[in-house]
Amino acid sequence: MPTRVEPESAGGIAHEAVEALEEVGEFSGRLAKNALLGTLSYFGELVRLFGQSIGSLRGGVHFGDLVRQTSFIGVESLPIVLLTALSSGGVLALYTVNTLTDYGAGGLVGGVIALTVVRETGPLITAITVVARAGSAISAEIASMKATEQLDALRSLAVSPIDYLVVPRLLASLLMLPILTLFADAAGVIGGGLVAYNKGVGVRAYTDSFRLLMEPSGRDIFEGLLKALVFGLILALIACREGLQSEGGAAGVGRATNRSVVLAIVLVYFADLVLTWMLRPIQL
Amino acid sequence: MDATPDPALTPPLLGAGGQGTPRIDLRDVKFAVEGREILKGITASVAAGEILCVCGLSGSGKSTLLKLISGLARATSGEVLIDGTEITKLSERELDKIRAKMGIVFQYAALFDSMTVFDNIAFGLLRGPRRAENKKIKPFTLNRTVAELLRDVGLPGIERRMPAELSGGMRRRVGLARALATRPEIILYDEPTSGLDPVTAAAIDDLIVETGTRNRVTSLVVSHDMNSILKIADRVLMIYDGQRHFWGSPDEFKNSPDPVVQQFVSGSTDGPILKKKKS
Repeated sequence: MPTRVEPESAGGIAHEAVEALEEVGEFSGRLAKNALLGTLSYFGELVRLFGQSIGSLRGGVHFGDLVRQTSFIGVESLPIVLLTALSSGGVLALYTVNTLTDYGAGGLVGGVIALTVVRETGPLITAITVVARAGSAISAEIASMKATEQLDALRSLAVSPIDYLVVPRLLASLLMLPILTLFADAAGVIGGGLVAYNKGVGVRAYTDSFRLLMEPSGRDIFEGLLKALVFGLILALIACREGLQSEGGAAGVGRATNRSVVLAIVLVYFADLVLTWMLRPIQL
Repeated sequence: MDATPDPALTPPLLGAGGQGTPRIDLRDVKFAVEGREILKGITASVAAGEILCVCGLSGSGKSTLLKLISGLARATSGEVLIDGTEITKLSERELDKIRAKMGIVFQYAALFDSMTVFDNIAFGLLRGPRRAENKKIKPFTLNRTVAELLRDVGLPGIERRMPAELSGGMRRRVGLARALATRPEIILYDEPTSGLDPVTAAAIDDLIVETGTRNRVTSLVVSHDMNSILKIADRVLMIYDGQRHFWGSPDEFKNSPDPVVQQFVSGSTDGPILKKKKS
């Protein structure tokens, strides 16, 4: 038998429910406000670090440091970038060849793959690979230097950690991400071509279709390179920021590395969305 | 409480002779982290060529004081003057000019672990504020300078070794050589002898005194080591409960009637220090 709720008591329950809802709403509001403020403050820190790095450029860049970082971020990342881009190009071909052939658009396979690779997967795969390989190492190295007072030692010798640590890594990243992306583009197109050839698409048909879909001005390639430049900026700033701001010894080094990789990947994808939106407004 | 017994017996604030501008001058320096007061108003000064030893219990704020003097941390209030320049409000770039006069020997040496001993010592010369003029130094001269510094700290011929290959005492001596390379006028030592065997500790003490007298370098040594303090100090500052508890000569420190100082000097567990900690 259902219990009958007295009107007065029902009013009390309703009042409590409203109060609880108000509390939940207030808490959610505070949480959202803190999250928003935290995000804005984090972006502010990245912009500040970028500004400080630009300011540091007036004092010149140590050529040896730049070469070392270029080698570490660029040359040493190349094999892994080539392998991942080659595979992803192949996967792309596996998905597209049969479908396009079935719909009578087999002659567009090469163009579709090339367009996807140079605009999207090339820069993205390069950025993710370099974040995982070099971004994590940059954060770990700087965080470890902080934990062992090496950053204080730098400052005590009147050497700015921004000049010595951030600027060469930032410049190397800005320089090498577009170059690595060009290699990734080539590897992706070749990987796609190998799979397409294996599925019966001729080499000539594959390469001829590039011209059908891609901008003859090379705009597609430049868009990809622009993305790579922005991704390079993001990964270097986040990796250096997380290293410089790390706290708490060895555990702090682990946390900084983890945060650096996660945040950089999230921001790279977000930047990819924004850039694609900005660069291709009509298609969207 | 300042345990300095009688103003008449208190050495002049500027130390040796009490003349001239102090090289390091701390005026009511306070420092707090997340609302917790670590230093509650320290006043002290160090004259040119003087060795001031700062002692106190672990966690009393000695190393923090050293960081405030070098500008690696900022005082919450009060003034830190280096050669008459107030540094607490300076920008990092301006601080670099002050730091160019200083050398710091860190507690665990803080050697750059990706570089050889040679590169560690030459780093300040080649990358510091005087790098433009030091670029003209010929490799032969640089090699000789580094070799001389290593000989001075008793470690000849280890230029090519990596920091990971050195013992704790060797690292600290390399840290001292790195600090000396830029010919600083002020050297700050953070517990230079802690954890070392008595012979190595004595060798480092001798180096501190020798460096001070040879080049009239002003030294501030943070230490717990009573033997070391009594051997090298011109003046002793004891920090207790975040405040200046004692300020005077090593003899006065050793013979102070203050129970906190007595307990600290004797290293006894019986006394007001542990009672206060427990309470």
